[in-house]
Amino acid sequence: MLSGEFHTSYASDMGIFETRRAGWVLAAFIVALFAIPFVAGSYWLDVTNRAAIAVIAATGLNILTGFTGQISLGNAAFLSVGAYTTAFLANHGVPFLFACPLAGIVTALAGMVFGIPSLRLKGLYLAMATLAAHFIIEFTSSHWEGVTGGVAGTSVPFPRILGFDFSNDSRLFFLVVPACIAHLYFAKNLFRTRVGKAFVAIRDQDISAEVMGVDVFRYKLLSFAVSSFYVGVAGSLLAYQARIISPENFPLGIAIDHLGMIIIGGLGSILGSILGAVFLTLLPEVLRLATSALSGSFPHLVQLFTPLKVAVFGLTIVLFLVFEPDGLADLWRRVRNWFRLYPFSY
Amino acid sequence: MEFFLQLLINGLVVGCIYSLVALGFVIIYKSSGILNFAQGEFLLLGAYVFLAIVAQANVPVLPALLLTFAFSTLLGLVLERVVLRPLIGEPIISVIMVTLGLSSILRAIVQGIWGTDTRPMHAVFSLEPIQIGPLPVARGYLYSAASVAVLLVALTLFFKYARPGIAMRATADSQQVSLSMGISVRRIFALSWSIAAVVSAAGGVLLATMRGGVDGSLAILGLKTLPVVIVGGLDSIGGAILGGLLVGVLENLAGGYLDPIFGGGVKEVAPFVALVLILMIRPYGLFGKVRIERV
Repeated sequence: MLSGEFHTSYASDMGIFETRRAGWVLAAFIVALFAIPFVAGSYWLDVTNRAAIAVIAATGLNILTGFTGQISLGNAAFLSVGAYTTAFLANHGVPFLFACPLAGIVTALAGMVFGIPSLRLKGLYLAMATLAAHFIIEFTSSHWEGVTGGVAGTSVPFPRILGFDFSNDSRLFFLVVPACIAHLYFAKNLFRTRVGKAFVAIRDQDISAEVMGVDVFRYKLLSFAVSSFYVGVAGSLLAYQARIISPENFPLGIAIDHLGMIIIGGLGSILGSILGAVFLTLLPEVLRLATSALSGSFPHLVQLFTPLKVAVFGLTIVLFLVFEPDGLADLWRRVRNWFRLYPFSY
Repeated sequence: MEFFLQLLINGLVVGCIYSLVALGFVIIYKSSGILNFAQGEFLLLGAYVFLAIVAQANVPVLPALLLTFAFSTLLGLVLERVVLRPLIGEPIISVIMVTLGLSSILRAIVQGIWGTDTRPMHAVFSLEPIQIGPLPVARGYLYSAASVAVLLVALTLFFKYARPGIAMRATADSQQVSLSMGISVRRIFALSWSIAAVVSAAGGVLLATMRGGVDGSLAILGLKTLPVVIVGGLDSIGGAILGGLLVGVLENLAGGYLDPIFGGGVKEVAPFVALVLILMIRPYGLFGKVRIERV
């Protein structure tokens, strides 16, 4: 009978999975995940793809905000940088396998530029600097018509690998979900390395980190770069999925959504980014199902759908912050441990 | 030259409104260290409540204004009690997110009750412009300039001489020391939230009157004012007022001279460019308190 988790070697303490069983469960889950395109309709596949893209973006933001402690309101803008880079490259004949990572790299560079103020700014002031980044990038994308197509937007061709067109939602699934898994695997491993530990040290106490030999500015910039790379790749996939992108696709609300994802999921937790992103992507869909189911008895509910969606989003965030500040990841851990350690769960 | 003067005057008068809204931010930040992203929604709610009282209940303007202020006071008290008190001592990101969440809830409530159509605003004052020298200036701007001046004097005196004002400054300095001196930190927070809500409601009513109508776009002013508070420094009342005027002028000059070159939109983005530049040179704004960190 288990009464707790006891690691007896450093190797097991540092392992990706806490127990061997966790690895098997994950493997089973991934296999089950790849059954989705064979059972789900086009609509829910679209939702799944959007959720997977959101997971990549939220993981990126969590690396910066949750693990390194640098608040960013610029995620929507970085997403747009990735998307527009992809659109530009794809329309000039660059294939997917190059365009997508290149979009990540360009976004990483943009992220580093706007990360420079983080050398001197902290907390609220940094949040404001990234908010400014959002508006500046938005201005650029709606005025640089040669590259971005201005306010009207620009279209993106299907992604194609070795002559195979990923032309519908179920095919895109096999592009988006593996990309998502690869990014999650990298992120999970990142925090077992020296670089990841430096990020966490900066979050916990930046001056102490500096004293202990962490080059704070370098690692902050690196964190901005890695985070923006993730967001850029997410933006690139989003461009391939949405097919037409314009500045309207990237309002400030997206950045707030992403922050909401990592708050609800759990700051500084990879699992948290997954849970939060999936939760907030599914929430409006569930709401929509609920309102259309109830619209028979309450006909005016349909008009109230938009304000209802906004209110539920705000309410969820406020309730989580007040009652469950460590997010879904912590909730999941507690529930799991309760069952695993039964009858010694206390 | 006349073009320049017109832009300058326009900038100054718009700046007065920015200052008014910015005061709301600063009052909350000064006592509790929270930046309230729901400020724009406070503005919106104030304008709508005033409109509802005047237009639907047929109450004269002055009592309606007082009722609106009473409502705002209550709103501030309730929000502080229900939402913000549990978050004392939590990291900044949580506090930012909770006010962002709050702003979506308030926006949804407003939209649910009043819909998205623009509602004609009851004229609180006549909209006829007044001539200042050669230039016509809208009356609403003068009123907002006057109320900003009154508020500036009142708040400065309040923070300097009134007991609650001094207690607020003490709380901002150190919550622990204030508690041991017998100051109720919770009551100070509640007070600052209600003052901010009242100031925002006043701003909302002024703005709605000048525009002649109320709709959801009024809340955007909350976001537009952020560069103002940052440029001035988050914890400086004088900074908020000067920052408002600066940003108003900058925005109008940039819009007037650069819009033809870039094809529009410069007016909106110029304050944010200035914000980044100023933060690079002075990380705590022009008049903000420099924080010295020790481990």
